[in-house]
Amino acid sequence: MNYSSYLSSTWMRPITDFDIPEAHVLAVDDSIVDRKLIEGLLKTSLYKVTAVDSALKALEFLGVRDGCSTSLRPNAFQVNLIITDYCMPGMTGYDLLKAIKDSTALREIPVVVMSSENSPNRIESCLKEGAEEFLIKPVKISDVKRLRSYIRPPTKAPCSGSGETLGPSPICSKRKVGSLEGLQVKSNPESQPCLNGVIVA
Amino acid sequence: MREKRESKAVAVALKETSVAASTTTSLAGAECKPSGPCSGGCACEADKAAAVVAQKQQQGAAEQEEDVAATGAEEAVVDVERLQKELLDLTETLLAEEVLDQQFTQLQQLQDESNPEFVSEVVSLFFEDSGRLLGELTESLKQEPINYVAVDAHVHQFKGSSSSIGAQKVKAVCIKFRNCCEARDREGCQKCLEQVKQEFNLVKSKLEHMFELEQKILSAGGSLPYPEEDY
Repeated sequence: MNYSSYLSSTWMRPITDFDIPEAHVLAVDDSIVDRKLIEGLLKTSLYKVTAVDSALKALEFLGVRDGCSTSLRPNAFQVNLIITDYCMPGMTGYDLLKAIKDSTALREIPVVVMSSENSPNRIESCLKEGAEEFLIKPVKISDVKRLRSYIRPPTKAPCSGSGETLGPSPICSKRKVGSLEGLQVKSNPESQPCLNGVIVA
Repeated sequence: MREKRESKAVAVALKETSVAASTTTSLAGAECKPSGPCSGGCACEADKAAAVVAQKQQQGAAEQEEDVAATGAEEAVVDVERLQKELLDLTETLLAEEVLDQQFTQLQQLQDESNPEFVSEVVSLFFEDSGRLLGELTESLKQEPINYVAVDAHVHQFKGSSSSIGAQKVKAVCIKFRNCCEARDREGCQKCLEQVKQEFNLVKSKLEHMFELEQKILSAGGSLPYPEEDY
């Protein structure tokens, strides 16, 4: 979707009673059941939802390529909240959180982490790394209602004169997000591994 | 009730017929004025009376038909009510027996006009995903030696998805199962696998029964008796 169609679709949408024109949430979870559940939960709050099954796909969606955020897609400006599972094979939710907060372009996007494990260490490290909140699974309707306060207002993408297509973003940060191979190394602060390194299904 | 109405209608019809008959007899022979309204005392009266009787008989028949229809509708309403009660009883029993927990109620609350099939969609995904996981677990436990890390990873996934849909007993067995994995207890793991299959099959058949009842209610034009959303 290019910038002009993004603009027109935003203007034409009715304002919700949250006064945020259809907030877009990026949900990240390797479980197909949990993705369906989080979609259902978010849609009742009238959010637009994109659900992906891995942290790498989430970064791809946001336009991070080869560890560098030079080619941010309009998606990054449309995403008002990221909600991610902690325990995922390969790159964990914690790694994803770190990658986002380390990126100049992406760090403003609020991130919420979900986990089935109620581990104080895990919770503390995520909050320290900049997560807005840590939700214990299974996620409930009341949890999602609280997310409203974290949604950031829509960011305007930079115009390139005509405002038609996005050229290279002036917000481009040559600072590396961190090599993706490096991010696959377990960097979570817990002594017990979070099922990393085991590729299931 | 229906029978009373029936006999009443018949009685009215019979009465009218006999009245008409007596009227006809007394009026026999009187001359009928062809022009203008009848002032009475002629054969026209008899016709009118007969017409009235016929009309009343028709009315009686129509009333009878209505009664039949009303009773049919009453029976249909009773059916829907019975099905709704059966569905509520089933749900309550499953919650009381901890086969399902409050998370399942959350799913029901998320189902609405914009998302009319939400519960069955999530649950279907759970059935599919669980089938896959159970297959992998069965294979993994046949290995020599057992890769307990891999087994544990699968059980962790199963625990997560069963928790997300509120399948409480399945989740409870998964917790035990993970402990057996941690202890590298082969026999314990085997037992847990059998148990988790049993609990899964139980919740699956109960949920399928629930969906059947829901379909029947909706086909009969009823609405689903879902819990109110709580904040």
